[in-house]
Amino acid sequence: MTFLKNYGVTLLVWVVLLAVPFWFPYVGGYTGLGTRTIVMALAAMSVNFLLGFTGVLSFGHAAYLGLGAYGAGMTIKYLLPSTPLGLLIGVLAGTLGAMAIGAMIVRLRGVYFAMVTIAFGQVFYFIAFRWSSVTGGDDGLTGWKRVPLDLGFTRIDILGNDVAFYYFCLVCLAASAGIMALLLRSPFGRTLLAIRENERRARFLGISVDQHIWLSFVISAAFASLAGVLYAYLDNFVDPRAFHWQQSGEFVIMVVLGGMRSFWGPLIGAAIFEVLQDKLSSFTDNWMSLLGLFFVLVVVFFPRGVLGAFGRKPTP
Amino acid sequence: MSLLEVGNLTRRFGSLVAVNDVSLSVETGELRAVIGPNGAGKTTFFNLISGMMSPSAGTIRLDGADITALPAHKRVALGIARTFQVTEIFPELSVRENLLIPVEVAAGLRLAPWLSRSRAQEIAARVDELLAMGGLAAMSDRLAGELSHGDQRATEIMMALALKPRLLLLDEPTAGMGDQETRDVVRLIRRLHKSENLAIVLIEHDMRVVFGLADRIMVLAEGAVLAEGTPADIAANELVQTAYLGSAA
Repeated sequence: MTFLKNYGVTLLVWVVLLAVPFWFPYVGGYTGLGTRTIVMALAAMSVNFLLGFTGVLSFGHAAYLGLGAYGAGMTIKYLLPSTPLGLLIGVLAGTLGAMAIGAMIVRLRGVYFAMVTIAFGQVFYFIAFRWSSVTGGDDGLTGWKRVPLDLGFTRIDILGNDVAFYYFCLVCLAASAGIMALLLRSPFGRTLLAIRENERRARFLGISVDQHIWLSFVISAAFASLAGVLYAYLDNFVDPRAFHWQQSGEFVIMVVLGGMRSFWGPLIGAAIFEVLQDKLSSFTDNWMSLLGLFFVLVVVFFPRGVLGAFGRKPTP
Repeated sequence: MSLLEVGNLTRRFGSLVAVNDVSLSVETGELRAVIGPNGAGKTTFFNLISGMMSPSAGTIRLDGADITALPAHKRVALGIARTFQVTEIFPELSVRENLLIPVEVAAGLRLAPWLSRSRAQEIAARVDELLAMGGLAAMSDRLAGELSHGDQRATEIMMALALKPRLLLLDEPTAGMGDQETRDVVRLIRRLHKSENLAIVLIEHDMRVVFGLADRIMVLAEGAVLAEGTPADIAANELVQTAYLGSAA
């Protein structure tokens, strides 16, 4: 019983996610939309690692989504057609970028931090936009494809088989969620909660606050760049909008929709966002205004997000 | 060599001299009170010692080592812990978690991404010990923000103590408390002072608390030391009588 109480939500989430290719088509979805949802969910969960569990708002996580996406796409296009290598280089690009940017901005707090993260995201946006000989500019990076996985003993066709690619992304999400959950239950994770709860108290308990925020920022960006890699693989395409601050804003919306103190909230938020976008945009160009209205209703009636409205205990 | 040695400490805010040439030395085992009227610079003095702000002039030494330029978290690592005038805890974490965090930091685990089972048990045992010592065992699973004012104060004091400090700074530990809560906190401070090997410096307005607890008292007025001595000396000091006690009583 205690097991169900503690892990019931997690268990339910995994049963639903594992079965997506089987039930999703019957409710009007398709596998590609399911894949897009879990990729965006990973990005939103990475934003929430920082926002919900460290108390730091980044409005520029698209920067790391984009670095991961371009890193992976350019690796396959220019270097070597290998899915794992693209993933590795994409995540490395995003993580190194976050290390450098984080070191510059980690002393800032609140709205100043958020503004500077936007600014750095826009710097990458314009680089991707202008440097068209390398990035493809406004037309995006095309002319490459994710490559089937060769495991030696068997070959997984994640290129031709949508369902196989969905499960590839799900494995990435599982690994990321597992690592984030373990970190949040560790002594290091508790120092992040301490900073969220009361920064002054944390500092006067001997926690080097800037250092811990920097680490949390880098960890969070690493998972955002992994999401970026998968985002590029999904359509075999990436364009500068991956870096745009509107994309960063959408992550924050997903987090708030789902519930930022809850571990799985951003997944729910991403699902609502992606499905609504898919359905609404098919019959009106003004889908964003309807989504906006829905967002306002959630914030007014469920200030802790959809998932936050149920459970009270916010720990993962 | 004294545990804490403050030499000619001065802090200016523009033209205001909040702390003016204050010197103080505190030995291990001592319980020192700092009193003075509102605006005397008591809290600023604490902020300088704990590293919340840096002094305009003067030195702070802990066990002979100059810590004047160290950031706050490094002073904690050297053994200075403090509480605040307005209670600073982690309101949305349980009381147990509030104590768990400083215990883990004190064990050098603040960056640990993982904890072995045996280590986790040691840590949990230490947390239980602190919960019991602070009279918080019965409410360990409640959110700290839901506790009464007095219990939140006790939580904050035990968080500071969880760091195994050598110098504990308490900024008005009984502020805003009723008689019963005040007595409980005074009893807690006295017990800690006896059982732990540390020095306590406290700022306090309640004279019954000060004269009941302190070995020595320092009186600040307008940023400067007005008098310094045993409770009996201070009670008999005419300067203090007129400047402070007289007007307060």
